[in-house]
Amino acid sequence: MDSITSAASVVAAGLAVGLAAIGPGIGQGTASGGAVEGIARQPEAEGKIRGTLLLSLAFMESLTIYGLVVALVLLFANPFA
Amino acid sequence: MALLPFPLPFAELEVGHHLYWQIGDLYLHGQVFLSSWILIGILIAFVFIGTRGMKRDPMGLQNLLEFLWNYIRDIARDNIGEKYYRDWLPFIGTLFLFIFVSNWGGALIPWKVIELPDGELGAPTADINTTVAMALLVSLAYFYAGLSRKGLRFFELYVEPTPIMLPFKIIEEFTKPLSLSFRLFGNILADELAVGVLVYLVPLIVPLPVMLLGLFTSAIQALIFATLTAFYIGEGLHEAH
Repeated sequence: MDSITSAASVVAAGLAVGLAAIGPGIGQGTASGGAVEGIARQPEAEGKIRGTLLLSLAFMESLTIYGLVVALVLLFANPFA
Repeated sequence: MALLPFPLPFAELEVGHHLYWQIGDLYLHGQVFLSSWILIGILIAFVFIGTRGMKRDPMGLQNLLEFLWNYIRDIARDNIGEKYYRDWLPFIGTLFLFIFVSNWGGALIPWKVIELPDGELGAPTADINTTVAMALLVSLAYFYAGLSRKGLRFFELYVEPTPIMLPFKIIEEFTKPLSLSFRLFGNILADELAVGVLVYLVPLIVPLPVMLLGLFTSAIQALIFATLTAFYIGEGLHEAH
């Protein structure tokens, strides 16, 4: 791998994870806020709300994980190297 | 490619380093096979011992297995519906148990004890080939479910509610296995890498919370994979019509 390709790959890997973390971060914040509001309004529904919240948080988290997969491909299995 | 220029006493950070087995022109990742065979063996042994000499009042292992059965049945029934969930319960249960046991086994069993000539034993689900195989099985399963249930009317699913959705629905058929496999693979590999990096920086105590978080997320990932499988199969059967 020549140096310009490796430099570009490292920068791109950082950007892939960093940018992919923005959206899910906002989404997870909104979802958790909504869940807290729901629990405050209806504390007896806590168990059900928590289950749904965890599941949806994991879905949002997987969006960042896609960015991470791209970053890992760039770092360890770079197709342009 | 190794991430670090020198070997570490506690953890090795390496991605894409495998124990290759050659069969004809095919290269297999041997460490994935070995660890999944060990884990499948453990799973079979558990179920075999737990279902031997079953009693009316479940005790010990039988109790655990019955709890698991109930849990998986609830996942299947909520998503597929009362009428057909029994047909798909074994498939969903197998996927759930295998993913769960691989994720936890990869984190909890001290694989370092077993020396391999190359590569490192770990969670089988941290290898993209395992997860892609399972995701493609899920695709096949819901096509089979839909086609065997509805015949060619299965494809009505693509033009409902409007034919404008047709291209998106077709693209969705490709993104479903892609996202299923990448989600599982990425989460488990990210867990292993995060723990590896922390162990490299601070070998004692500090990685423990991250390891616990990893156990938690990997359990959730098994649940998500099983739930999504059930949901896709339920969608293929689309009983509402």
